[in-house]
Amino acid sequence: MKLTADQVKKVAKLANLPLSDEEIEKYSGQLSKILDYIDQLNSADTSEVEPTFNVTGLSNVLREDKVGESLPQEEALQNASQVKDGFFVTKGVFEE
Amino acid sequence: MSDSDLTKLTLIETIKGLKNKQFSGEELNNTYRERIKQLNPKLNAYLWTAEKSSGIPAAIKDIIITKNIPTTAGSKILEGFIPPYDATVIERLKVKGIGVVGKTNCDEFAMGSSGENSAYGVAKNSWDLSKVPGGSSSGSSAAVASDMCVFALGTDTGGSIRQPASLCGVVGLKPSYGRVSRYGAIAMASSFDQIGPITKTVADARQVLEWISGPDGYDGNCVEEGFRVKGKGYGENLKGLKVGIPKEYFGKGLDQGVEKVVREAIKKLEELGAEIVEVTLPHTEYGIAAYYIIMASEVSSNLAKYDGIRFGGTRDKFGDEAKRRIMLGTFALSSGYYDDYYAKAARVRTLIKEDFAKAFEKCDVIVGPVSPTVAWNLGEKTQDPLTMYLSDAYTIPASLAGIPGLSVPCGFVNNLPVGLQILGKYMDEETILNVGEVYEKATSWHKEKPKI
Amino acid sequence: MKYEPVIGLEVHVELNTKSKMFCRCSADYFGKQPNTHTCPVCLGLPGALPFTNKEAIKKCLQIGLALNCKVVDLSRFERKIYFYPDLPKGYQISQYRWPLCVEGWLEVEDKDGKVSKIKINRVHQEEDTGKLSHIGGVTLIDYNRSTVPLVEIVTEPDFTDPSQVKDYAKKLQQIFRYLGVSSADMERGDMRLEANVSVRPAGQKELPNYRVELKNINSFRFMTAAIEYEIKRQIEALEKGEKLTQETRGWNEAKRDTYLQRSKEEAHDYRYFPEPDISELRVKSDELRIKEEIVELPNRKAKRFVADYGISRQNAQVLVDSKELAGYFEEAIKLGREKQLKPQEIANYIVNQKIKLASKDQVLRAVEDLAGKRVGILEDEVKIEKIVAEVIFENPNSVEDYQKGKLNALQALIGGVMRKTQGKVNVEKVRRILESKLQN
Repeated sequence: MKLTADQVKKVAKLANLPLSDEEIEKYSGQLSKILDYIDQLNSADTSEVEPTFNVTGLSNVLREDKVGESLPQEEALQNASQVKDGFFVTKGVFEE
Repeated sequence: MSDSDLTKLTLIETIKGLKNKQFSGEELNNTYRERIKQLNPKLNAYLWTAEKSSGIPAAIKDIIITKNIPTTAGSKILEGFIPPYDATVIERLKVKGIGVVGKTNCDEFAMGSSGENSAYGVAKNSWDLSKVPGGSSSGSSAAVASDMCVFALGTDTGGSIRQPASLCGVVGLKPSYGRVSRYGAIAMASSFDQIGPITKTVADARQVLEWISGPDGYDGNCVEEGFRVKGKGYGENLKGLKVGIPKEYFGKGLDQGVEKVVREAIKKLEELGAEIVEVTLPHTEYGIAAYYIIMASEVSSNLAKYDGIRFGGTRDKFGDEAKRRIMLGTFALSSGYYDDYYAKAARVRTLIKEDFAKAFEKCDVIVGPVSPTVAWNLGEKTQDPLTMYLSDAYTIPASLAGIPGLSVPCGFVNNLPVGLQILGKYMDEETILNVGEVYEKATSWHKEKPKI
Repeated sequence: MKYEPVIGLEVHVELNTKSKMFCRCSADYFGKQPNTHTCPVCLGLPGALPFTNKEAIKKCLQIGLALNCKVVDLSRFERKIYFYPDLPKGYQISQYRWPLCVEGWLEVEDKDGKVSKIKINRVHQEEDTGKLSHIGGVTLIDYNRSTVPLVEIVTEPDFTDPSQVKDYAKKLQQIFRYLGVSSADMERGDMRLEANVSVRPAGQKELPNYRVELKNINSFRFMTAAIEYEIKRQIEALEKGEKLTQETRGWNEAKRDTYLQRSKEEAHDYRYFPEPDISELRVKSDELRIKEEIVELPNRKAKRFVADYGISRQNAQVLVDSKELAGYFEEAIKLGREKQLKPQEIANYIVNQKIKLASKDQVLRAVEDLAGKRVGILEDEVKIEKIVAEVIFENPNSVEDYQKGKLNALQALIGGVMRKTQGKVNVEKVRRILESKLQN
């Protein structure tokens, strides 16, 4: 499977990754090569096989509805790049 | 006791020495901190070290969250991040009197097999400073190998404990998926990640596993009761034990020197009373491909939280390998590709899991090499990501199946250590640790120390 | 050409659990200081993991079962990946391929009282996001609401009229409140509506090849207005020969029109895949037990009121508006029985007088009032005396018995007066008048 530079650009946008033109070129080549390798999965016969999403085989792991401790506000905010009046701050986004 | 004698002690011996007042905790910590000061500039195993420390000095991979101690996951994006909480394993170790003597270097977000993807410079192999220590728990393995800590914690996603342990000549245990809570282990690929010990002996690994395992109410995949050390009585021989040898782990790509060492180790197991049986893991060839799709898909979502708002820097701070995996995973999950990639890989994962289940009908443990080669030169594989990925061919299948795996030192090729991989049934760490310990007692590879 | 609307509705409702969906922070976030109800999990800090709240799952199942859904054998959480500052993990834990409940229905009425069945595609569990406020070019973020449990209910595109949509939304709100799973307050954002609107030539069977998603709707009234506007806009566009495409539009209440938010080209690719941190859900076996625990819902209750108490359907619908009101009405019936008040009278009285029954005291007072009023009708002594005189004249035997000293005979005469007045007279008053007349 070949990934063109255009496709790489689209994927980068979807992944919210700022990539330079140089990186787009590089990843186009590298990802194509990796996807070629991955294509060998097609020769594995999985027609009668259920997928494994979780190897534990567990189900219904649930907790009781009990309130525990929250972080103090200053600890919640301690790693933020910008803070105002107890809020995290980011550059303006429009409401969806 | 001389300083280097003190740092040579195993965890079990250190506990005993403290108990018998052969040395004080302060002495112990001063000696280790002094040794770190001497050696770390050469090895770059630690990214952060404690100015003051107490308790039994443990080295913690920097991908494990430590409250009020900088935690970077080897990434520039987390430079300066001071977590407001402790990982479950850290809480548990603290209760047992273990102190964090330092945070160890690793590939960025545990993505790598050589340590070279760390944003803070590569850690070096203590046996040869021009070689990689393996990865991603590179600093933890290097720190144990060079006696810069009593033991270390690493994380294993596709081999990141076993492979660097093998390349550094120390013991590394990847527990079964779900044995140890992942709460506080910065996620790389959530359905694979496990925290485990990197130690000087198998008995040490067993002790650490007891301390850190068991449910905590924060990791929903960790509900199995904690692992318990059964006191004395670990076997002196392997009579009645069936050791499976998968032919797929001895094929093309396996270094002849490594093969020879591993085959000798298998012969030793036979001498110790084990019955050697041939088993087959027919879907091994698909392991890397399936792993890279599932892992990268999980990575692409796990690294979506890094937006520079609540912590860390902006998304341009990701390193090359992190970006590559985010891109691969984003593509694999994007509209129209889910069935061909993610769902297909999840089905192949079932085949690999079933391979092991069938093989374990014929044997108690499966044994083979950890890594197809010994430690390679720094920079040797950095230009070609795929070649780097292929070096994990023997560790990835167990990660896909969620079963436990142990790496124990089993010899040298060109003065570089080789590890023997012992894989067990799901949640049967007991048996692989027992096999490892019997082997260890019958050999002296683990006593070899690098000259730095 | 004549066009007909095709409308589907997506409703989000926030559950009133004590703790959040995937962490132990208090879910009671409304009006609290920003970022004081957060922890590593709901802040999306590195290393944190979700752990599922059992009560939330139960409430989601209750909603599904109340809407006549089937509980699936196997359900899974999935990651829905997108970037927005209110979403701390960069993905929302939601359900896409494996929702908890599917294939339900709810009966709705349109403005003319015509009843139709709306099919419900799915009822699934997910988590809420943080809250953004936009001030002076920057965005402030409060994560107190992050990972509060949210249930999403999605209908098939079965609505053909905005009045049906309104009735559906109101009924859902009523059901949430009956179940006690949410206060379902629209203004607080406990309940949020999104409508998918398109139009097609009347009689066409196939669904239109586009749909317009309407967001930003925070009241039933705005929803009706937005849908009506949108239908009109789309029909006009089609009549002008324009081609309509998939897009998201918001409702602007000030201008009373909809505006473009996102076109098809910008449509999201959410990259859903199974959430690896959470194992699968197999809760089919809880279906029966949860079903049995569900309270009598408004629709059934109204039907029972009509059948058991003989009240009108209109009155029944008003009286089941809330579980509390319906309960007090039934208490009032019990009290009224002692005062010879019929259920119909009580129902009429409560509905016509718009009495707000909000406590046991108010119920008691209402019944007393009603009883008092009814007696009041025949407080006219002249009228009563006239009736008493009639009864005396018509029952000479009883009069004779009474005068012989058989006091029981007075009861028979009182009964006669009660019959003639249909009980609308004070017994003591009748007794007094009777006694005085018989002594004369």
